[in-house]
Amino acid sequence: MTTTSLRKLIAGSSIALGLTGFGSAAIAQEQTQDDGPIRVGILHSLSGTMAISESTLKDEMLMLIDKQNEAGGLLGRQLEPVVMDPASDWSLYAEQARDMLTGDDHVDVIFGNWTSASRKAVLPVVEELNGLLFYPVQYEGEESSENIFYTGAAPNQQAIPAVDYLMSQGVERWALLGTDYVYPRTTNKILEAYLKANGVAGDDIMINYTPFGFSDWQSIVSQVKDFGSQGRKTAVVSTINGDANVPFYNELANQGISASDIPVVAFSVGEQELTGIDTAPLVGHMAAWNYFMSVDSDANYDFIDDWVAYTGNDEAVTNDPMEAHYIGFNMWAQAVKKAGTTDVDAVKDSIIGVTVPNLSGGASTMMPNHHITKPVMIGEIQDDGQFSVVWQTPTTVAGDAWSDYLPDSKNLISDWRAPLRCGKLDVESMTCEDGPGAE
Amino acid sequence: MTKIQHSTGRFLTRLLMHSVLLCLLMAWGLSVSQTAAAAVSDAQSRALLEALDTRSFQAKGDAAQAIAESDAEQKTRWLQALLDGRLGKERRGERFYIVTDDSGREWPIIDAITFEDAGTGTRRTVEVFKINNDLRTRIQGLLASLSLSAGNETSRLAAAERLVGEVTADNADSVRAMRDDEESQSVRGQLDVALALYDVQQGDIDALETLRGNLDTRVRNTLTPIAAGDSELAAEAQSVLGGIESKRAWYDRAQTLFFGLSAGSILVLAAIGLAITFGVMGVINMAHGELIMIGAYTTWMIQQALPGQPGLALALAIPGGFLVAGAFGVVIERTVIRFLKGRPLETLLATFGLSLILQQLVRSVFSPLNRRVTSPDWLQGAWQINEALSLTLNRLAVLLFCLVVFAGLWALMRYTRLGLEVRAVTQNRAMARAMGVRATRVDMLTFGLGAGVAGLAGVALSQLTNVGPNLGQGYIVDSFLVVVFGGVGNLWGTLVAGMSLGVINQVLQPWVGAVLAKIIVLVGVILFIQKRPQGIFAPKGRTS
Repeated sequence: MTTTSLRKLIAGSSIALGLTGFGSAAIAQEQTQDDGPIRVGILHSLSGTMAISESTLKDEMLMLIDKQNEAGGLLGRQLEPVVMDPASDWSLYAEQARDMLTGDDHVDVIFGNWTSASRKAVLPVVEELNGLLFYPVQYEGEESSENIFYTGAAPNQQAIPAVDYLMSQGVERWALLGTDYVYPRTTNKILEAYLKANGVAGDDIMINYTPFGFSDWQSIVSQVKDFGSQGRKTAVVSTINGDANVPFYNELANQGISASDIPVVAFSVGEQELTGIDTAPLVGHMAAWNYFMSVDSDANYDFIDDWVAYTGNDEAVTNDPMEAHYIGFNMWAQAVKKAGTTDVDAVKDSIIGVTVPNLSGGASTMMPNHHITKPVMIGEIQDDGQFSVVWQTPTTVAGDAWSDYLPDSKNLISDWRAPLRCGKLDVESMTCEDGPGAE
Repeated sequence: MTKIQHSTGRFLTRLLMHSVLLCLLMAWGLSVSQTAAAAVSDAQSRALLEALDTRSFQAKGDAAQAIAESDAEQKTRWLQALLDGRLGKERRGERFYIVTDDSGREWPIIDAITFEDAGTGTRRTVEVFKINNDLRTRIQGLLASLSLSAGNETSRLAAAERLVGEVTADNADSVRAMRDDEESQSVRGQLDVALALYDVQQGDIDALETLRGNLDTRVRNTLTPIAAGDSELAAEAQSVLGGIESKRAWYDRAQTLFFGLSAGSILVLAAIGLAITFGVMGVINMAHGELIMIGAYTTWMIQQALPGQPGLALALAIPGGFLVAGAFGVVIERTVIRFLKGRPLETLLATFGLSLILQQLVRSVFSPLNRRVTSPDWLQGAWQINEALSLTLNRLAVLLFCLVVFAGLWALMRYTRLGLEVRAVTQNRAMARAMGVRATRVDMLTFGLGAGVAGLAGVALSQLTNVGPNLGQGYIVDSFLVVVFGGVGNLWGTLVAGMSLGVINQVLQPWVGAVLAKIIVLVGVILFIQKRPQGIFAPKGRTS
């Protein structure tokens, strides 16, 4: 061995040692920072109009966090919930998301939002501050964000299969009723295009929008009754939101419209909403979801037992957005384990492809477009306020961020994996319109 | 692919309909000749129920049909349980159960074959047989045909009504025979319509006479294609159809008028309390909506205290809602409004703050979730005047209630001492005080009265809409609109304004949709107020 090579060796090893030393110092430093609890932000309205739907999701998240802590936490650290109340005020959602991601709280992940309006308000904040948001509610699609994971249904996981089912039941005329905001309007636009593509004439489609909290349904229901009495099988596709549903269904019952005359299939009515209604006159009306409380699986029964025990209410119901949070939370936990850190960029990469059991006995996978695979089910309302599943897709369906039935978005896809990393890729021209892949 | 599914679906539905109808007819004919059936063995019963354990709704329907045609004594109970979603099978076993009460999480169950008590079951242990809409219709048909052997008039009438538009060459003769044997006038009339419709389809012009003026939509739908031709029959059918259409149009107008008056009555109820506090006293009370909400919550609380008696609870809620909301009103007047007399801007802000406090109070005490107020049976459903016109009972009741409240209030203002003092204080406070009227006491009582009437509105609204913390917010703007439009300080103005806004809104709604109808009404009222600031009814005489 020559002196030069020896010198090289020493130099090299000292550099290596130095590097290792530096590395271990850095790791040590990170560890001290990481020793504290992992902070999980919960951004659901606990007051205002949306409290009726969102406050149960907050309780569910607290339950899931409790359970995870009992099982030893994550990466050997405990989870700590950070709860805020945006009071059904869309701009407050954005402000509180900013508070969560900066300052003392500095959460590692946010579970939250219900309405599309609140999600649209939070979106620029989580993108700017590089946060993680799990959004648990069915929505209108036509959106893809690098920082948001959509665990609720996209239109192709709820609306389109529901319409397919009704077509197979012989429905020829369609009344699309919705509350006047972005989700019903976009969904109905997609449905109208889809129905027309399937040969339904424009005259056989009736579209009607009503304001939030609408309660004076008499003339609209009578209009639907008239529309449905033309001798051909008619169905109502309802995107009516929130508490406007109770007076709507009461009016249906009072005017004597039963499910065998004109069935109603709803996209925003679940077990929670039915707790305020006497369901005996509504038996047979339908809802399309990816989960029902009556789903027959041991995972579901265990979940219901946990939930009843946690709330201490024997009558407590579970619903689809709760399942979405259950899936989302478990996916995030698994991605954190896989990445070995709660670092947002690492989790964003590791979560794609993660598969966790859902509550209907199968499994859901996170797709590269930040949507998940879910089975689609049609349930009919029973007199005890539950749904009975009458139809189900044979396999799970992957959520599609950009609808194939709208001319503006039919060529678009979203894929957040490297090297593409693009939320809005035109497959015809292969140009990326949104995301890091655009540069 | 969808196309094919589509037409098969239709075909299946038709087929189902026909088999049910055929069954009905058979039962009708056989009802007398049916002898006491010999009971079937347990093994046979088991086999009958076993057939229901399938995923295919078509196969389940066939199994139900087999049960209906069998000699099993339990068949009516089985079919009823299947219809109610209470017939099931042991998940890991071979026994069949009927769930006797499925309200809780632990269900009491009985053996489906012996009807012996079988302890309790849960969703984990008992798998209930599912049915869908088509199957439900089919089972209802089967049960109807089983009950036909009892032969009561209601079920015969129901069966006859189902026959309209469903008479074919296969069953025409038996229907005709049935019609001749039928004793009941109404069933006979319904069978006549069914037969006439069939005869018209076969080209019989004379049969059209029976159908003249019939409002059944199935008659209209069957005649429409027939009238499209250019034969003599088509021309005659055209004229019958024209008659039907114009008759329907009149009933439609009557219905729209009813819708309008009922929507108007809600506006009047909500606004009339405000007409007293704002119109007569001049207090801008932004918490008026929350007083309505308090009335609605009182109804709910009385109903909680009297489980199983929604009718009695509602009757008690009328004085209850009035007193509770009135008491809140008196407290608000004594603690806040009294000190802000003559300072409208501060009153507005203070009462607005009060409305937020009351909302949050309700949220904290009763939870943010909506509360369910059940309607008594006599307020559910509709009064079916004929095929084209029906009035929903809850709306009709609210309309009558509104008129009664209005009449009561008007009489109170017109004929009682309190009414006289209120009018005196409003017209000239100083003079009234000089005459010995205790103005502050009158203020308190007037505000309490307005609040109490708002509570009555809450009782009525609990039958129509959600009872929740936000109930009042939806009505505050409308209430001010009605009072201003009607003319401040005039009860008649409030009545006329509320009713006319309701009717205009309901006339516009089918044309332009609910959102635009509301905008048009709002713009219309603004323009009207520009032209005539004193509203429809101007206060007479001098005002100070």
